[in-house]
Amino acid sequence: MSGHSTYNPTNPVMKWLDDRLPMPRLMYDSFVSYPVPRNLNYWYTFGGILMIMLVSQIITGVVLVMHYTPDTSMAFDSIEHIRRNVNYGNILQKWHAVGASFFFIAVYIHIARGMYYGSYKAPREILWMLGVVIFLVMMATGFMGYVLPWGQMSFWGAKVITNLFSAVPFFGEPIVTWLWGGFSVDNATLQRFFSLHYLLPFVLVGVVILHVWALHVTGQTNPTGVEVKSGQDTLPFTPYATVKDAFALCVFFLFFCAFVFYAPDYLGHSINYQEANPLSTPAHIVPEWYYLPFYAILRAIPDKLLGVVAMFGSILIWFALPWLDTSKVRSAAYRPIYKQLFWILMIVFFGLGVVGANPPEGWWITAGQILTFYYFAHFLVLLPLVGLLETPKPLPSSISDAVLASNGAKAPAAQPAE
Amino acid sequence: MSTADAHDANRRDFLYIATGAVGAVGAASVAIPLIDQMNPSADVLALASIEVNLEPIEEGQSITVTWRGNPVIIRHRTAKEIEEAKATPVSDLPDGLARNANLAENAPATDENRVVDGKEQYLVQMGVCTHLGCVPIGNEGDYDGWFCPCHGSHYDSAGRIRKGPAPENLHVPQYTYVSDTQIKIG
Repeated sequence: MSGHSTYNPTNPVMKWLDDRLPMPRLMYDSFVSYPVPRNLNYWYTFGGILMIMLVSQIITGVVLVMHYTPDTSMAFDSIEHIRRNVNYGNILQKWHAVGASFFFIAVYIHIARGMYYGSYKAPREILWMLGVVIFLVMMATGFMGYVLPWGQMSFWGAKVITNLFSAVPFFGEPIVTWLWGGFSVDNATLQRFFSLHYLLPFVLVGVVILHVWALHVTGQTNPTGVEVKSGQDTLPFTPYATVKDAFALCVFFLFFCAFVFYAPDYLGHSINYQEANPLSTPAHIVPEWYYLPFYAILRAIPDKLLGVVAMFGSILIWFALPWLDTSKVRSAAYRPIYKQLFWILMIVFFGLGVVGANPPEGWWITAGQILTFYYFAHFLVLLPLVGLLETPKPLPSSISDAVLASNGAKAPAAQPAE
Repeated sequence: MSTADAHDANRRDFLYIATGAVGAVGAASVAIPLIDQMNPSADVLALASIEVNLEPIEEGQSITVTWRGNPVIIRHRTAKEIEEAKATPVSDLPDGLARNANLAENAPATDENRVVDGKEQYLVQMGVCTHLGCVPIGNEGDYDGWFCPCHGSHYDSAGRIRKGPAPENLHVPQYTYVSDTQIKIG
């Protein structure tokens, strides 16, 4: 879709710059004249929202570091210092903490959208796999960030998650000691997590650039899953997609601000307002809500190594998604059976989250095992089979045909104005 | 030119190989300090041993002390707990090894191998669940011992894993009696 550049600077300074470093041309071609399918719906706005969230987290993070102290004796107090003493500190700290949650809300919607509309299918495999890399780096960043306030949940979350690596055969113990820099999670651990938590967002920026690059090579998918065939199928990114993204962003930020201002701790755990105590594990430890489904998978399997393998496998399996889905049709809108499986998967994933939030006792263990089994069956059995057995609905011949057909059905009077 | 090329071929090959070799050695010698700096530093390693007086611990009471940043549980076991632990055959245990740093690695997980002979009322063990490192809670669980709240591992009155995801018995650290009532851990 990346055709010839239509950038034609009239300003002599821009022209001079364009001949030497065509940065404005790159921006113009990528975010102004770039053609997007004309039928993108609001589910397609989350990529833009995610970019803004990443920038927002980096800005607030850099500011928080000006007041935070990465030392076990002072970390907890320095967060309180930010919230109580620093000018606007309570808003900035909450913006960053709640921002992590909303970053994950947006990324989950973005991933689900990709699964629904088959965005991972050829020729967008690399685009999709870069997305999975982004998600993994996000998880690592979020995890290490949560350790920094050095509350009870910070400490025990860090201990449990780093201990996952002790399941590695033979090298488990040395790896964990190396990760901790000691014999337990301690000051050395806090300091290295701080260092990496500062580094990884910039790694994210790099991978996001690759992600967008790959996107702009293949072009976006769209709700029909039919590739763009002519100029009639597309609109320029600016103003159409820009305004749509901006509007969605405003609505998203309304919810975000509602949480930051009125319920900043709702998505966290009250026990994290207790300073870390290495001698006492809280009665009920759980990770942040956005890790719960994977945590449930870890606990569903009564073997340490296999539990860890299943947990990482549940995300790594997404790398194989382009090849596990055997159907040639992209969009679930034209795949009646896959569409139902998609929604069942969403319910199963949500169910895993509920299981992960509850103590590993009695009925919850069974529920977790059933859901974990279904989760893997969806990717490894159902997806390959459904692609072969399902009869898809007839596809529209082009995007503009689909748009005109639905417009014609709904408002025939508007047709001439088009 | 062509004669010069033929003449230089050996020299160029040598330069390629020599440069590559120096590069590889250089990369490795840079990688080692960068990776090893994350291992425990000298001050962390130096905090190696502590002494604990067992006298004030009443029967049925447990204390927790910190050793190398980790909790060590010391329990003065009741006669009933000792009896239960002794009555359990090793074949019933998910982990048949004593996990006692004072004994051979392949020592079986009998109650005798979890404590010191003649001092069997004092059970000294790491308060670190062998699953994912939480601190198990005493007087809980289905086996009169410890229960880990994180992922539901049950340990018996000798600190041996009985039920749940933990793969090993609670580890017994290296310790010796320096007097009748005083132990040195580490």
